[in-house]
Order: sequence, then structure tokens, then C-alpha cells
Amino acid sequence: MKDRYLPLALVPALAALALPFVGSLPTWVTLTVAGLAMGMMIFMMASGLTLVFGLMDVLNFAHGVFISFGAYGAATVLTRMSGAMQADSLASDLSAMLPAVAAAIALAALLGWFFERVLVRPVYGDHLRQILITMGGLIVFEQMIHVVWGPEIIPLPRPGAITGSFIVGEAAIERYRVAAVVVGAIVFAALWWLLNRTRIGLLVRAGVENREMVESLGYRIRRVFVAVFVAGSGLAGLGGAMWAMYQEQVTPQMGMQVLVLVFIVVIIGGLGSVGGCFVGALLAGLLANYTGYLAPKLALGSNILLMVLVLLWRPRGLYPLGRA
Amino acid sequence: MRALLSGDLPRSRVLALLLALLVLGLAAAPFVFPGTRSLNVAAKVAVFVVLVASYDLLLGYTGIVSFAHTMFFGIGGYGVGIAMARLGPGWGALLAGVSLAFLLSIAIALAIGLLSLRVRAIFFAMITLAVAAFFQILASQLSAFTGGEDGLSFRTPGLLRERLVAYYAVLVVSAALFLGLLRVVNSPFGRVLLAIRENEFRAEAIGYRIVHYRTGANCLAAVGATAAGVLYAVWLRYTGPQTTLSFDIMVDILLMVVIGGMGTLYGAVLGATLFVVAQNYLQDLMKLASGAAHGLPLLPALLHPDRWLLWLGVLFILCVYYFPTGIVGRLRR
Repeated sequence: MKDRYLPLALVPALAALALPFVGSLPTWVTLTVAGLAMGMMIFMMASGLTLVFGLMDVLNFAHGVFISFGAYGAATVLTRMSGAMQADSLASDLSAMLPAVAAAIALAALLGWFFERVLVRPVYGDHLRQILITMGGLIVFEQMIHVVWGPEIIPLPRPGAITGSFIVGEAAIERYRVAAVVVGAIVFAALWWLLNRTRIGLLVRAGVENREMVESLGYRIRRVFVAVFVAGSGLAGLGGAMWAMYQEQVTPQMGMQVLVLVFIVVIIGGLGSVGGCFVGALLAGLLANYTGYLAPKLALGSNILLMVLVLLWRPRGLYPLGRA
Repeated sequence: MRALLSGDLPRSRVLALLLALLVLGLAAAPFVFPGTRSLNVAAKVAVFVVLVASYDLLLGYTGIVSFAHTMFFGIGGYGVGIAMARLGPGWGALLAGVSLAFLLSIAIALAIGLLSLRVRAIFFAMITLAVAAFFQILASQLSAFTGGEDGLSFRTPGLLRERLVAYYAVLVVSAALFLGLLRVVNSPFGRVLLAIRENEFRAEAIGYRIVHYRTGANCLAAVGATAAGVLYAVWLRYTGPQTTLSFDIMVDILLMVVIGGMGTLYGAVLGATLFVVAQNYLQDLMKLASGAAHGLPLLPALLHPDRWLLWLGVLFILCVYYFPTGIVGRLRR
């Protein structure tokens, strides 16, 4: 049991450790919320990747493209509906946001379905060719983004209801970050519930542990595979849309840029573990914000440092899966 | 000839002809194809043959995917760049920079190998991606030292300032490195690598420590990439993130290895040549095609000169599925 809860304690421990270094409480609150928000967004982008790896033993290097497609899907809807966003009421903002997020998820999920069907299916069980094929998919679909949306950076205005900040005491907390934390927490809770409390989740977990056994019991693991791949891609799309609104712009390379961070988080958490991915994402997000404030030069490399430290402590990640 | 090629002959008439044409073309390039652009293309082909061949040692011969190859390429480039720009253009400085670059490369390759090659190949791929990304950040952050995003322009020592001398120096050293790599893959060490690629468990069971052999291959590939980086920097008299460290170059290397043919160094030669030529001349062709398709829906966008990578990406995927041995594999059938 200690093994299960020790990594979880790392998140508050890191936050507490940062407090004396940061010095002022309001700054610390702002940084912590920013870190949690960033962590939640990374978690959304990374959860699909780790789930697909855990279940199908496929490491999808093209996962970054799903993130980009989600971002572009959201940007397409939001720029069309910019009228609704200027109205400055929560209802009309939501009427633009919800279709945008739905478009992001749908587009990324569709692409994920195509990927599983056409590219990944013939190379199950062959890591080398999987890496090559998904890299090829990455190249082709990143170029397709250029074809469809053009190579320019698309600025993405944030809806009025989630810009600005709450003032709590002396700490300013950006509304968007609170929204990101809430959405991320909902996604994590839903995933946890789905995996641990439903029949589908039971099948997925059983498939992760022993695929042949599940098949021999008469379940079509193939369908579960496809569903998980599509759902994972959809989550990446959601994360991409949130990330794009956070950055307030969309670029063709954005998926690839976040992908390195996503990989680091997945490695930290232990390949295939959703819980580990969650803890890893929060740690990475918090650390990036604290170091960004304390030592900006170090900030970009802080995640690599975190990865090395975690791997020295637990060589296979925070929550390693049963099989090697 | 057989001894020079370490007994690994092209084994196909067309391939032998193509290789001979390429060697002749490169050797005579300054006289047959005058102009700065074509000489640049020729030098780039020579450098990338070495870079891609050393990557094939990992991907094709050992069966592991690394994303840190451009990092080693960059270490070579920055070794020359920093030495030349900070210490001035002298032979001593060049030697110091190059040796430091090699030492650093070997140390990093050794560390990555021993840390992550114990576990599965997929883990190695992810770790190298992260380390390479870190190195890229490092190069752009330490701008006082590396010139940041702008990179470093410098002067090369003595005779190397003559373009023709520099070209032949690059060409001769590249050829020597390629023949050296050919020697490595046809040595007993290379055979063990092939055995590991084919059946890891069996190789271990026979008594070869696969971690040691894989780490060895990783170090050798790193040395090859560093040497290529040194050559490229000497030729360009410039080192920057876009010419050495960028992830785009890593993607290019993958395309070259797979399209040319994995698991045979001649594939690296064909792949690199085809790619570099396509990179420089395919765009002109596509401009024509795009103009011809003017007015049709979507087609002009797909044929836009900037989209050449799209078509090479499609070719790459088709190669992985249908021609896993690439062009050379087809020619040898």
C-alpha cells in the first residue's frame, strides 16, 4: 500500500517545498494554480498515449498530431463564432466553447480511428515498425495541417467569461487556469470511474494484464482496442484544444512541441499507467512553474531533471505495470 | 576492391552502376556541375551519407530506434563552431574542438546506452527523444557560448578556406568514414549486432551480452554522427540549431534510411543522395506541377512546393509496409 500512496504524496510535498523558496504566499498560490492547470492539460494530452500503450503495447509517436488536430478543430469553430464570444455573457461564451471543444474531440477521434484502422493495425506487436509507421503518420499529417489550414500561426482569442482573474486575498488567479483544473479533474475522475467501476473498464484492465486470457474468455479485445485508441485520441484533442486556448494561438508544430513533455510525463508515471501519468503530469506542471519563477534559465530543462530523478528512484516509473 | 568494401559488394548490377555514377559524380562535381548551389548539394550528399550510414548502424543493423542522432551531429558541429569562433581559426583549435566533441559524444552515448538499453527498445526511443530535446534547449539557452538561435559563423584554418580544397577534404574524409562503417558492419562485431536484431533472446542465450553490444553500436553511431557534424560545420563555416540539432533533420534521416533501405549501408548512400537531391530540386518540379494543376480543387495545395515532405512521408509509409528493405532491397532481388 505504501508503494501506491508514496508517489501521490510527492505532489503536495513538491508544492510545500517550493513555498520557502518562492517566499511570498500570494505568488506561491498563483504559481501553484498555474502549475496544476498546466499539469491537468498535460494529463489530458498524455492519458490517451499511456492508455493505448498499456492496452495495445503501441507507442504512438503521432500522438502529437492528434493534439494539433484538436487545437485546429477548436480554432476553426472559435474563429467562426467570434461574434458569440464578444457578447460577454457566460451563456453565449459557452455556446461557442462547447461546439469548439466537441469539434476538437470529434476531429481528433476521427483521425485516431483512421490511424488505428489504416496505419497501426498491420504492425501490432512489432515495435520497430510501429515507431517508423507512426513517425511517417506524424510527417504526413503535420503536412496535411499545412495543406488544410496553412502554415501561419492562428491567433486564438479566449472567450470573455474565462479571461481575467479572481483576486483571492492578494493572490491573482487566472480564471482560465481554474477552468482547466476543473476540466482536468473531471476527466481524471471520469477515467478513474470508467476504468475501475464499470464493466468496460474491467475488460480494459484485464486486457492490459493478459490479452490472450481475455480473448479466450470470449471477449472481442479488438473492439476494446479500437474504442480505447479512439477515446485516447479524443482526449488528446481535448487537451490540444485547452492547450491552444491557454497559449492563445495555434501553430502546425504545437503538437510536436508538447509531445516531448507528454513523453516525459508518461515515462515518469510508468508506461501504461493512467494514475502514474496523472501524478507525473502534476509534478511536471508544478515544477515547470516554480522553476520558471525561481530560475527561468532552468525551467525548460526542469522536466528532464525530474525524469532522471524519478527514474533513479523507480527505474520503471512511479507506477510500473505488472509486466516488463 | 573487395578488400576496400570489406567483402560487402553491391550484389546488383544496377546498384553497382548507380554507386559508381554517384562516386564519379561527386568526385567530378566541381568541374561537371559548376555553381555554388550544386557544389553545396554535392557536399551535403557526402556528409549525409556518413550521417545516415551511422544511423543505419543503429536502426538497420541493431534494430533500435534513436532520436538523438541529430544531437551527436550537433555536438560535432558545435565542437568545431565553438572552437573556431572562440579560439580563432587555427589547426590547434580545430583539433581541440573536434576531440572534445568526440569525447562528449562518446560519454553521452555510453550513459544513455547503459541507462536505457537494458529495458525495451521503445524506452530507448523515448529517452533519446527527451535527451535530444533537452540538448536543443541547452544550445539555444547558452547563447553566450553557442550563439543561440542565430548559431555561429566562423572562419576555417589555412587551406580549408579554399572552397575546392574544403570540398575534396569533406569528400575524402566522408568516403573513408563510410568505408570504415562498412568494415564495422562486416566484422564479427557487426554479425553479433545482426544476431541481436534477429533474435535478442537467442543472442543472449549463446552468450553475447546484448547490452554491451547495443551500447557499443550506440557509441559507434554517435562517433559517426559527430564526425559528420564536424565535416558539415567545416564545409558550411557555420553551425546553428537549424542546420544540426533540429528535429526536422532527425525526420529527414529516418526518411533517408528507410527509403534507401534499412540494414544495408548502400541504402544509406542511395537514400541520402535521393533525399538531398529531392530537397533541392523536387520543389522546382512541384512548382511546375502545381502551376499545371491551377484551378482544380485542393490539388494545387497538395502540390505546393513547400509540401514536398508530404509526398516523401507517404513514400516512407509505403516503404515500411511494402518494401522494408527499401530501394536497395528491390534492386538486389
